[in-house]
Amino acid sequence: MTLIDLANPTRFLTLATRLLPWLAAATAILLAIGLYQSAMAPDDYQQGATVKIMFIHVPNAWLSMFVWGVMSLAALGTLVWRHPLADVAAKAAAPIGAAFTFLALVTGSLWGRPMWGTYWEWDARLTSVLILFLMYLGLIALWRAVEDPSRAARAAAILTLVGAINLPIIKFSVDWWNTLHQPASVMRMGGSSLDRAFLIPLLVMAVAFSLLFLTLHLAAMRNEILRRRVRALQLIQVAQASQRSA
Amino acid sequence: MSLGPYATFILTSYLLVMAVVLILIGWITIDYHRQRRHLRELEAGGAVRRSGRSATDMK
Repeated sequence: MTLIDLANPTRFLTLATRLLPWLAAATAILLAIGLYQSAMAPDDYQQGATVKIMFIHVPNAWLSMFVWGVMSLAALGTLVWRHPLADVAAKAAAPIGAAFTFLALVTGSLWGRPMWGTYWEWDARLTSVLILFLMYLGLIALWRAVEDPSRAARAAAILTLVGAINLPIIKFSVDWWNTLHQPASVMRMGGSSLDRAFLIPLLVMAVAFSLLFLTLHLAAMRNEILRRRVRALQLIQVAQASQRSA
Repeated sequence: MSLGPYATFILTSYLLVMAVVLILIGWITIDYHRQRRHLRELEAGGAVRRSGRSATDMK
């Protein structure tokens, strides 16, 4: 099966149905390993046991941006190549991305209260991630508000690409402005500043959450294709009924 | 494993993540079964795809 074959929704459904059980099993195994390693990780000399919140906060924060990146590529697929699955991919990813962003914000707040002394600070990193969360909600509302799927797809694709401007702002906010949020400690020039005792559980959890996203995304895309078939059949049924009455 | 004085914050974080992930899985699973049921009902009512293939066909 070549990549172009996946442009056919039926072929995509076949592949997704075959892959999903394996992906779900791999996700569950990796999450179990990651959770065990997180539980066994030593306390940080400054943060104490609250460092364990990092093992779930950081993967969710990375995925909140990664999912928007995926949606931006899908938006290009909708606008430039009119790929039949591009809008399906973007629409299916939005609620999952919103959930990851919500979790990044809340787990960050729960870490911030004992470490910073506050749940929330209107600094550049926190505010730009909150804007990302609101953009996810706006996109979901847009898809629901516009009845014609092709019009909704184009409008959502444009909004997604405009929203992608926020991704570098989130990433570099800690460098560009004086923020309460600490600068990058894993993906930075000169390598990670984290000790292996924290880096390994963090990376395992990051891969586990990425697999979780892939699994949920494929399943949600399958649902979206079926939803579009429901709509197509409903239209056929209405057309048949009006032909009979004419 | 001792979580120290901030155990509430740590446990709340993990429980919240677990709850949201379970809600996502549940929502996607329920949605899948709902769409397949709609398709079966429509096909039982005589609606046929232009290709003539079953709408629930995944092969």
